[in-house]
Amino acid sequence: MQRCYHCDDQVPHGTDFTSTIRGDRAVFCCTGCQAAAMFIEDAGLANFYAHREQAQAATLRPAENKFEIYNDRDIAAPFVTQQDNQQTAIVYISDLYCPACVWLASEILQSRFDSIDVAANSGTRRLNVTWPRGSAGLGDLLRCLSRVGFEPQPVIAGQTSDPEREDYRSAIKRLVVAGIFGMQAMMLAAGLYAGEFHGMQTSTITLLRVASLVTVLPIMFYAAVPFFKGALRGLRFGKPGMDVPVSLALTLAFTASAINTLTHADAVYFDSIAMFVGLLCVSRFLEMRARHSADDQGEAIAALLPASAVRISAEGQSQTIARDHVQQDDLLAVEPGDIVAADGVVTHGAAGLDERLITGESRSVSRKIGDKVLAGTRVLSGSLTLRVTQTGAQTFLGDITRLVERAQSDRGTLQNIADRLATPFVITVLCIALVTGVVWSLIDPSRIIPVVLSVLIVACPCALALATPTTLAVTATTLAKRGVLLTQARILEVIKRHTVFVFDKTGTLTQGRPSIKAVDRIRAGFSRSDVLAIAAALEQDSPHSIAAAFEPFQDAATLADSPSTIRVGAGVSGIIDGKRYRIGHSAFVTALSATQCPDDGGIFLGDEHGIVARFEIVDALRADAIQTVRSLREQGHTVVISSGDGRAAVAAVAKQLDIESWHARHTPADKLQLVENLRADGQTVVMVGDGANDAPVLAQSDAAIAIGSGTALARASSDAIIVGESLAPLLEVIAFARRSATTVRLSLAWAASYNAMGVSLAALGWISPWMAAIGMTASSLLVVWNALRLGKTEKPESLQSTNELATPPADWPKVTP
Amino acid sequence: MTILLLLIGLALFIAGLFTWAFMWAVREGQFDDMDSPAVRILLDDDTAPSRNERNNT
Repeated sequence: MQRCYHCDDQVPHGTDFTSTIRGDRAVFCCTGCQAAAMFIEDAGLANFYAHREQAQAATLRPAENKFEIYNDRDIAAPFVTQQDNQQTAIVYISDLYCPACVWLASEILQSRFDSIDVAANSGTRRLNVTWPRGSAGLGDLLRCLSRVGFEPQPVIAGQTSDPEREDYRSAIKRLVVAGIFGMQAMMLAAGLYAGEFHGMQTSTITLLRVASLVTVLPIMFYAAVPFFKGALRGLRFGKPGMDVPVSLALTLAFTASAINTLTHADAVYFDSIAMFVGLLCVSRFLEMRARHSADDQGEAIAALLPASAVRISAEGQSQTIARDHVQQDDLLAVEPGDIVAADGVVTHGAAGLDERLITGESRSVSRKIGDKVLAGTRVLSGSLTLRVTQTGAQTFLGDITRLVERAQSDRGTLQNIADRLATPFVITVLCIALVTGVVWSLIDPSRIIPVVLSVLIVACPCALALATPTTLAVTATTLAKRGVLLTQARILEVIKRHTVFVFDKTGTLTQGRPSIKAVDRIRAGFSRSDVLAIAAALEQDSPHSIAAAFEPFQDAATLADSPSTIRVGAGVSGIIDGKRYRIGHSAFVTALSATQCPDDGGIFLGDEHGIVARFEIVDALRADAIQTVRSLREQGHTVVISSGDGRAAVAAVAKQLDIESWHARHTPADKLQLVENLRADGQTVVMVGDGANDAPVLAQSDAAIAIGSGTALARASSDAIIVGESLAPLLEVIAFARRSATTVRLSLAWAASYNAMGVSLAALGWISPWMAAIGMTASSLLVVWNALRLGKTEKPESLQSTNELATPPADWPKVTP
Repeated sequence: MTILLLLIGLALFIAGLFTWAFMWAVREGQFDDMDSPAVRILLDDDTAPSRNERNNT
């Protein structure tokens, strides 16, 4: 089985799409991919294929022409900022992860449009495009990006203050300030230490100390501010985290050092402050950078709805308007293939609708006058006029989003291990300091203050505070290289030795799109390619999901004489070369020839003389689904399927995968109930899904993983995203969850024992400042090194073997559609 | 002693200068994307011939 040069998908049997790319022969799965690759080659950018990350390939999808609408000035207006002779738009591409894709996105625009300026950012996955007014429309730019295989989404101007970018920038600034001034403080400290061994004039010591004090000021009052803020927030909400001991240590060390500087007393700790803040800034910055930002909920919704709608005015004139201009009581016209822009009631016509987005069920539903139609559903056949009842956030789809938000806030933020240790830690240290003070007041009252201070400072939880963020940063970076993007680090803590994994069926365990498994009962006189071409021509304009299976077999020589007619729940009929054909369920097809044929679940093609061919259409399992599910169970986890599809289809998949616990016809509410029941039993539930209807469930479970090709709403409500078409990275997540937990525990154990030892020695009055400084540095470096070891872990053997399975055996497992 | 005072002052001045330069660079967005520029230079380099061809025609 060959793989498509462009999207890395399997190339179906019996198709032949080849081109020459960079001098090599390239094979494609469909015309869409071929066109995209040729477009890239023609622009001289085919180098992209050599440099992109493999997992990213699966996110490139053939183009869909839906962007013309943005060339309309009124519709584009909310997305474009005009300034002088320039216009600026921000385009969000949810799949813009790998550097080569960022390069391709900006180069393709620059090669197609004159004097265009593109600033791309793979962190926020946004393109900032500036181009001269009057040269090209926003729609042209989006269309150009979509021809390559991206799914661009313009961002409404004004909403783009981008708090995430501001956070990121201020983190860098703090890091740099801590670094530059930290170096100064270290240099001065080196002088002071040298003086301690060789002797130094008191005036020189004072000068160096005052200079250190000055260099530490920006560190304390700029770089360390987030820790103080975090500590205050923690105290106010009664959940003191690691920021509390950090702030306490910083405040004490700084105050003590400042007082000692002014009173010429013993010991200053400016170097320790500088190093501590510097390391914390580095680790938190790395963690921030490694964690991928989740999709914005608002944008995720916007991506599911069309950009425009057709409004029928009171005089009966139809007019295309931007989605945001749709108002309550407007009359909207929808045609086959359209996505409904707002909730409404049908006032005219009847249609078959695909409500998969809402219900998760891939069967078409018919709606007639008086019925409710929901935003985000796709019209399969027939046309409707509907009166808008609800728009935007008030739609049912908007309700789903709010459900997601509420579920997420219910789940709350799990405090990490270090944070949970923080409160007892602070109390213990304060108690020890108190006891030390009392004891020393009996032994030698003159040494109370220096000894108590050194106890507090040695107890400074550097290593303790560094353990979690450094480990998370390394884990997130390593996982990203292996095709998993972490959006919430919490998932690593959630996965336990025994976890229940709830899978959605369509698009998660299976590929989520139909493919032709077999063609049989071909009538004599027809060849296999003939019947496929006829079927493809008939299905060409059908918005039904089964039509996608025939798409690769479209043939320029075989075209329907006129657009085919679609009968919901039955099939398609049309005329090719003057002959009438029907394709669909057996009853519908045989009605044309007045013959009989038992309905065995296949798709039939027939003409006026009877059946011409039978197609077996399957939604094939993902190549590594069997292997992954087996590995999960071998590790002691439970696997459950919860799907919106019919019993037969789900049972077939469950049998393939040897899963005993499966649920069919599950609505999003059923799924929620299932997850809640499991959690009530004390189980840890990890949901793996891909659809918008999965979003509330994803948010409600202990942790959620979305498959990268899923909807933006699913991605927005998950803790990790698996990029690409393979399920195996799920095992990586589990492996890393365990490994990072071990690493954190090891680091914490080390840090705790170091602190315990240091504090006891300090309480006895045996610790001098330079010892404390070396001890602190050494233990912090040890923790960082421990975390870095994680990045070097090899892929486990079981995963390597599943990678080989990525090319599936010739005989695919049979799944009924 | 005086020279020490001078050197410390100078060091702080230079540190301040660098901090200002960094702040400026961050504000300009130089640090916004730290992954793709590294790959970009490789990709641009490889593509150079075909770009020239395109420009000539």
